Amino acid sequence: MTRYTVTLTLVLAVLWLLLSGMWTHPIILPLGAASVALTVWLSHRLDIVDRESDPVHLVVPSIKYWPWLLGQILRANLQVARRILGNPRDLSPRMARVRLTQQSDLGRSIFANSITLTPGTVTIRVAEREILYYAISEDLVAELDEGEMDRRVTRLEKEL
Amino acid sequence: MALAIEIASWVLLMSGSALLLIGGIGLIRFPDFYSRVQAAGLTDTLCSIFILTGLMLQADSVPLAAKILFTLLFLLFTGPTASHALAKTAHHDGLRPWKRNDGGASSNR
Repeated sequence: MTRYTVTLTLVLAVLWLLLSGMWTHPIILPLGAASVALTVWLSHRLDIVDRESDPVHLVVPSIKYWPWLLGQILRANLQVARRILGNPRDLSPRMARVRLTQQSDLGRSIFANSITLTPGTVTIRVAEREILYYAISEDLVAELDEGEMDRRVTRLEKEL
Repeated sequence: MALAIEIASWVLLMSGSALLLIGGIGLIRFPDFYSRVQAAGLTDTLCSIFILTGLMLQADSVPLAAKILFTLLFLLFTGPTASHALAKTAHHDGLRPWKRNDGGASSNR
């Protein structure tokens, strides 16, 4: 029993309970337990119970990062909404590049996804040291160049 | 307490609907492909967050609220992937972003 077996069992059990809603049923509940046990056993036979398939270590760092990201999404949404209701021809869209300081593919994809998730910017291409993205206006480019998002994702990556 | 939840739920649902509408207007008003993807991003992100959180407050059981939460999480993970795939394909095909004095052509390959 590794710790990944324990966490996988817990995650599956909680997921089953939440999706079924049958918390006290005398027949369905044991069937649920059996299906969780079967899934864990099969995953063991397939040898896929490891850090990558069961990324519980991501949970705590993500919970620290998401509130900030949600704030950014809120701000970006209001900015884009203002542009839509104002003069939509008043845009200064362009492709731009931003440096990234993450070391791992996971860190880079979190950064790239964060850029896309905030309206107004969308990631086009990710390279080793930089991201090519489209921004709807010049001030969004300046904001990303300032680098707070990159710093926060790198800090998140170090906690993993 | 029930009244407070009801009010919060309706505020979220109404602002989500307003964002959906604004996103739709942006989809028509914005000048080119890339900027329209951004307008659609409005409905992908804050609009779904507002509407689904509002619906979560309306849910009368934990499993129902959990299912809505899972829906929201999946949307937040798949939305950017779709936007990125669209933008990357357009870029790959050589579509250039709109410039102010292009005279309104939405595509100038």
